[in-house]
Amino acid sequence: MSLEGARERWVRTGGIELCVAELGDETQPTVVLVHGYPDSKEVWSEVAGRLSERFHVVLYDVRGHGRSTAPQPLRGGFTLEKLTDDFLAVADAVSPDRPVHLVGHDWGSVQSWEFVTVKRTEGRIASFTSMSGPSLDHFGHWIKRRVKRPTPRRVGQLLGQGAKSWYVYLLHTPVLPELAWRGPLGRRWPKILQRVEKVPADGYPTPSLPSDAAHGAWLYRDNVRARLSRPRTDAYAHAPVQLVTPLGDAFLSEKLYDELELWAPQLVRRTLPAKHWIPRTRPDQLASWITEFVIASEGGRPAPVASGPYADRFGGQLVLVTGAGSGIGRATAYAFAEAGARVVAVDRNAEGAARTAEMSRLIGAPDAWAETVDVSDEQAMEKLAEKVATEYGVVDVLVNNAGIGLSGSFFDTTAEDWRKVLDVNLWGVIHGCRLFGKQMAERGQGGHIVNTASAAAYQPSKALPAYSTSKAAVLMLSECLRAELAGQGIGVSAICPGFVHTNITSTARFAGVAAEEEKRRQKRAARLYRLRGYPPEKVADAVLRAVVRNQAVVPVTPEARGAHLMSRFAPRALRAIARLEPPL
Amino acid sequence: MTRMVGMTKGAAAELSAELRGFKEVQRLAYACAEAVAAQLKPGVTEREAARMQRVWLRERGVRDWFHLPFAWFGDRTAFVNFRVPLQFFPTDRRLEPGMPFILDMAPVHKGCTADIGYSGSLGLNPVQDKLLADLEAHRELILREVRERRPLREIYEDVDRLMVRQGYANRHRAYPFGVIAHKVDRVKERAWSPHLFGFGTQSLKGLAGDALRGHRDGWSPLWSPYRFSDHPPRPGLWAVEPHLGFRGTGAKFEEILVVTDSRDPEQSAFWLDDDLPHVRRWAEDR
Repeated sequence: MSLEGARERWVRTGGIELCVAELGDETQPTVVLVHGYPDSKEVWSEVAGRLSERFHVVLYDVRGHGRSTAPQPLRGGFTLEKLTDDFLAVADAVSPDRPVHLVGHDWGSVQSWEFVTVKRTEGRIASFTSMSGPSLDHFGHWIKRRVKRPTPRRVGQLLGQGAKSWYVYLLHTPVLPELAWRGPLGRRWPKILQRVEKVPADGYPTPSLPSDAAHGAWLYRDNVRARLSRPRTDAYAHAPVQLVTPLGDAFLSEKLYDELELWAPQLVRRTLPAKHWIPRTRPDQLASWITEFVIASEGGRPAPVASGPYADRFGGQLVLVTGAGSGIGRATAYAFAEAGARVVAVDRNAEGAARTAEMSRLIGAPDAWAETVDVSDEQAMEKLAEKVATEYGVVDVLVNNAGIGLSGSFFDTTAEDWRKVLDVNLWGVIHGCRLFGKQMAERGQGGHIVNTASAAAYQPSKALPAYSTSKAAVLMLSECLRAELAGQGIGVSAICPGFVHTNITSTARFAGVAAEEEKRRQKRAARLYRLRGYPPEKVADAVLRAVVRNQAVVPVTPEARGAHLMSRFAPRALRAIARLEPPL
Repeated sequence: MTRMVGMTKGAAAELSAELRGFKEVQRLAYACAEAVAAQLKPGVTEREAARMQRVWLRERGVRDWFHLPFAWFGDRTAFVNFRVPLQFFPTDRRLEPGMPFILDMAPVHKGCTADIGYSGSLGLNPVQDKLLADLEAHRELILREVRERRPLREIYEDVDRLMVRQGYANRHRAYPFGVIAHKVDRVKERAWSPHLFGFGTQSLKGLAGDALRGHRDGWSPLWSPYRFSDHPPRPGLWAVEPHLGFRGTGAKFEEILVVTDSRDPEQSAFWLDDDLPHVRRWAEDR
């Protein structure tokens, strides 16, 4: 693992030589990446490469790590004060007259919190992106508050984080950690990382790992006890802070950041469904968030204004919704737009798609595009997938929503009717999953697929044989795909809305009746659905929630939930209902 | 009134004199809306805004109301979670920068009624701007279809469809009976005219009389999505109020549409006044 095209230099400070690497155009804003424990600057290689297209990227090996030299003696050589000296020396060397943008992961973030909250660095830091590393001072206050005023919840939080911090106690024992790292643990670490964290196996960690990890133990020993027992009371951030929280982090709980607004007044929160080593597993997402935040801090573009729920989770992500020209698809596109996502609105009705994209931009989407495609058209979908990948990127969330309605008895349903319904409702989903899901899987940085099935997928009915069959297939497809993609961090959800007030009723086909009768039934169905009055916005909320919680099957309306329950515990009753004549 | 209404000469002259009265009070109401909107600041509550309208109009001689002034701020402009009519009344919701607002008032002046709706926002609000711009199509659609003498219920459904195409929710469905318009008429001036749930009793009496007569003849003074509105437009003055809602932001206009029994389509229906804030705004945007 190397930093391709990096310019290297050495910075001397307090008897230490720091190995500094630079990428990108030096006239652009400087972004300094600080690595964690037990890492070296190469942990950033994927992120740095992406950032170097726009910024002057600087990485350095923290003292005692990688190719930087270690202090003599080690004890007392890793205090936060000395690490601040190092950072200032690097910043002065690489960007003498402009403040730098700081990004820290793990211990890199812990020390960066020190940099961004002490007086002597004021004016040298333009912004700070923190991931998986709290300020020890904030952490100290967090513990104190919970010890002083324990409530069951607070005690639970304390014990939870206490259990997650097992390695911190181990690292405080003398000699043993060093022996382990220089011995068997150091040898096995890369394999452990691959298995537990699912980081790609491409030559990282570097061979210096055993000595990095052995030296880095002093980061803990020199600072943790001292800071946690006597936290500074003036640890306020003097630069805007972006907090990225991986939700599956084995070492830190999200609760640590509950009161962070008190310390960092200009705070933007981001969450990511990933484990601890996100610089390795989610470089695309990190690079895009860092870019957005740096540009906003430079005053180039105002900070994101997304106001909707889950803005921390979907901000800046790319979301593609089919059938986005109306109904549930449109409401879903809007909900993602409100959460600050970039939206691709796909519909066969060009006007509807364009409208959705336009309104999405107005309510918070940093960007939105309309695409006119019939999802049942394989070639058109292939073209769309290619275009989206090259022009907008790999989608983070795919919502296969496009669908058509068809009612009528089995024998009234012609072969042509069957083909049409399966083409759109089933093949549309297959094409979407196949093309966009493949891009997601190939990128290997997670994602989510949502398929709109229907309550008709598990509720048989003599009036909807073709429609129900297509939707049942979508449900099963989703569940199978979910199993297949689980290992790659890609979730799959099937949404089963139920009776929702959209215009699917007024465009639904009624097989086996004359045109006039069909119109009458459409009107009547539309009226019934309107009387039911369940808004598509609530389904959209369920879609976002399903993605956030990675739910497998989501019945939405009460009747959909009831039928779902019955399909498991009282299927005979459902079969009896299936025989009823619908009131059309 | 420059337009002549196709009736006998005497009746026409009488009507245009009457129209002048309605036009004046409609202008007065819009002037009030603009004056109050200009005074709105962060922290003002809906109640205060409603009182400002009442005071302003009372100072100019308004003694009776079709309904008392309303003010809706923020997501209340889109009637978010409105279920019972009491929620229409002004609350202590405070105005914040960028928030949309709607002022709605129906004063009676010299025996003539106006019922107007004025949408705006404190500072920039691109979403409401868009909604307001999209209302233009509704004003055109309503006039065109009324001139075609289409049943009111059908026009209502066309307005509905246009809103769905535009991606909005129809918020006037939350109005009593889901009306998009109601008839307005002359109101007898009385020394004492109390109001009932915010509505002037004299005007309610007029509306009830119309409903009674209409019920016998098969028409209704309320323009709704229901069967009782399944008749061609009745001559008279209609206060039309299409109201768009979009995710916590709402916008509406309300003004008087004149319907006559003239055979000339141009004369059979026209907006009472084309020099109103929202119309001027569309002209400026073009």
